[in-house]
Amino acid sequence: MGEFIIKMPDVGEGVAEAELVEWHVRPGDPVREDMVLAAVMTDKATVEIPSPVTGKVLWLGAEVGDTVAVKAPLVRIETSGEAGEAAPDSVPEALAEKVLDEPVAVSSRLEAKTTAKSEKAAPRPAPAPREAPDLSAKPLASPAVRLRARESGIDLRQVAGTGPAGRITHEDLDLFISRGAEPLPAQTGLVRKTAVEEVRMTGLRRRIAEKMSLSTSRIPHITYVEEVDMTALEDLRTTMNRDRKPEQPKLTILPFLMRALVKTVAEQPGVNATFDDHAGVIHRHAAVHIGIATQTPAGLTVPVVRHAEARGIWDCAAELNRLADAARTGTATRDELTGSTITISSLGAIGGIASTPVINHPEVAIVGVNKIAVRPLWDGAQFVPRKIMNLSSSFDHRVIDGWDAAVFVQRLKTLLETPALIFVEG
Amino acid sequence: MKEISCKFLVLGAGPGGYVAAIRAGQLGVNTVIVEKAKAGGTCLNVGCIPSKALIHAADEYHKLRTAASGKSPLGLSLNAPAIDLRRTIAWKDGIVGRLNSGVTGLLKKAGVKAVIGEGRFVDGKTVDVETETGLQRIRAEAIVIATGSAPVELPDLPFGGSVISSTQALALTEIPETLAVIGGGYIGLELGTAFAKLGSKVTVLEALDRILPQYDADLSKPVMKRLGELGVEVFTRTAAKRLSADRRGLLAEENGRAFEVPAEKVLVTVGRRPVTEGWGLEEIDLDRSGRFIRIDDQCRTSMRGVYAIGDVTGEPMLAHRAMAQGEMVAEIVVGRKRSWDRRCIPAVCFTDPEIVAAGLSPEEARAAGIDVKIGQFPFHANGRAMTTLSEDGFVRVIARADNHLVLGIQAVGHGVSELSATFALAIEMGARLEDIAGTIHAHPTQSEAFQEAAFKALGHALHI
Repeated sequence: MGEFIIKMPDVGEGVAEAELVEWHVRPGDPVREDMVLAAVMTDKATVEIPSPVTGKVLWLGAEVGDTVAVKAPLVRIETSGEAGEAAPDSVPEALAEKVLDEPVAVSSRLEAKTTAKSEKAAPRPAPAPREAPDLSAKPLASPAVRLRARESGIDLRQVAGTGPAGRITHEDLDLFISRGAEPLPAQTGLVRKTAVEEVRMTGLRRRIAEKMSLSTSRIPHITYVEEVDMTALEDLRTTMNRDRKPEQPKLTILPFLMRALVKTVAEQPGVNATFDDHAGVIHRHAAVHIGIATQTPAGLTVPVVRHAEARGIWDCAAELNRLADAARTGTATRDELTGSTITISSLGAIGGIASTPVINHPEVAIVGVNKIAVRPLWDGAQFVPRKIMNLSSSFDHRVIDGWDAAVFVQRLKTLLETPALIFVEG
Repeated sequence: MKEISCKFLVLGAGPGGYVAAIRAGQLGVNTVIVEKAKAGGTCLNVGCIPSKALIHAADEYHKLRTAASGKSPLGLSLNAPAIDLRRTIAWKDGIVGRLNSGVTGLLKKAGVKAVIGEGRFVDGKTVDVETETGLQRIRAEAIVIATGSAPVELPDLPFGGSVISSTQALALTEIPETLAVIGGGYIGLELGTAFAKLGSKVTVLEALDRILPQYDADLSKPVMKRLGELGVEVFTRTAAKRLSADRRGLLAEENGRAFEVPAEKVLVTVGRRPVTEGWGLEEIDLDRSGRFIRIDDQCRTSMRGVYAIGDVTGEPMLAHRAMAQGEMVAEIVVGRKRSWDRRCIPAVCFTDPEIVAAGLSPEEARAAGIDVKIGQFPFHANGRAMTTLSEDGFVRVIARADNHLVLGIQAVGHGVSELSATFALAIEMGARLEDIAGTIHAHPTQSEAFQEAAFKALGHALHI
């Protein structure tokens, strides 16, 4: 019998520590070679740690949410083979090696925890997070009960089932319906609730919190909202989508906005910049790397369309789709999630007439897109229906004056309202 | 151009389309159904029904031949039997014909107007149909697309001559001496087995590492064994290339080793593709999901008032899925609250022995991170199976370990297709292992193996 220690791998350039975001195993679990043991997160990318050996998990070196130093022991595995087995090539960076009783290098952000941990001989088993299966996530009820519920407009997920395995019976449904119709307050289900749920900030959520605090505490924001008549651009977009070649992606308004941004920042290079406030230097970038704020199941991420200045509109759209998919499926690389020089934030799909976007530090500007809505506009003689969209843009007021912010947004408005200008050369 | 309007228009009279139309008609909706060929679609005309007729005829013939060879353990013997495939096919066509007119009659009874011809979208509310009597324009408030699927063609072996699809295989009037089947999925194996029983020398070529790759190896093993007994040669990890120069053989390649398979006919069953061309999809530009039309849980497409059902909307491409969708869409169109909430779509494979699967397989359940209990009961321990020479195969039940909720049921064995109803019902009703174990299963029947499998999962099988 042998034992292996798997150490925290070197997950990226200059990264000294990484946060443990998920355990896939718990002590006692059998593991196969290449089975994923854990997921750790650096700045933005999540890295999975596979097992280099087959065996049984003896010990886990950290809890979800802990920050673990690179090269610190992470998992101890009992193997059936010889003790002296070498680490397989598949995970050279995982640094499996023969066991030596090394101290655990866990630097938790909670100080109390750190001390508690070092005293403990054997760390507590971490729970293995498992996703609820599809089948059992659906409420359990016979087709007849499901049909009755649907016709009565009842969401079965709210009905408690008393049958075997929590199955919802006709009687459960009767009770639910009669309670709903009962006027007595005691039976309407309105009760005082005192429970407080504690949700630990881990992973991406914690990164977002840190980033947002940094941006809002360091950057005095000025937000400027302007309405833009998108009718002409929407007409153009519809035509382009209708006539596009099969290999060309469907255009949203974002690629148009990206191209318009490229034009605008060429005239106002101060907006496409990053501000190093420690050194007191503004870096004005010739390249336009546009960050696209993207909602993913895990939270907000900002994949970056690099060199938008060198991309045509179709190319912008294709790259945007590729990155959004990668971000949503969690396969975006660290490079694809860093290095933007200006950011677009779009909540348009949900609605809202204005927003106050938070600048993506150390950038100095962010452009927010609000919902396009048909609104009546007075054209001098009558009201005409036009497709109106608000742009809510924030600027770093230390670097950009209100006047310049307004000029920037007005230029963007001109380009979007007369979209032919977006495509004029020079 | 003639023009009519209706509330509900169905494009395609396959099992999905005609059920949608009948249900809509029953609900008093002014309904029109458009079909370019015959009512019943692939299933009734060139799929499920005719293939089962041919499989049954082949089974009967094979039994007689076994008896004639003196190998019948039942003590039967007879002189060499003969088959007249022309009459077999005529009998099969008779069944298809009766069902055709049956569907037409049901549509008529429900008050559905049928328009024969190729339909084509003009816009999301209008379809033009090229009929025998000229162009017919139909305007509808709601349209359901039920255009189905078609066999996939291999670029190097296009259909024609000796290369046939399942459709032509069901219309052969002579039994080919040699038959090469490309694709070891359920369609290829069902037909390949039938022709082997009719006397053809059958060779199956499968690109993957085993036949019936959609089922787990335990389920496909008895089928593989039976194919061997029937003299069917199976090559896995093998690619079919092209016809040989004399067009009497098929060139194939296995692991870089090229060889020739004798093939008077080459049956290509490498899958089916959704029919998304030829009816004006480009005019309405619906969102896709891969090759298929994307739908939501109410079969709505990305265009308001346009629905899609059946094979054109995705896997599994099964008639009963299309029928359930069709019925649901008709009810949605009249304003009833319906959405897709089915727990399982049972699938049957009419090979020898048959395979039936409902719900999750053991791998799928484990992949979903569920702790499971599995009970498997073999037919060789089932009295009824022994009396019918059907001892191969088993019933298998997969349940959650914590509350014994049944997640999946599979079986392989003679006649197990009829067990699909009880399997699907158990899952749909949310049965636990105790529910199945506590239901009296009549003796002597093969269904007892289902109860025994539940007992086994609970740790106390009686008869093994």
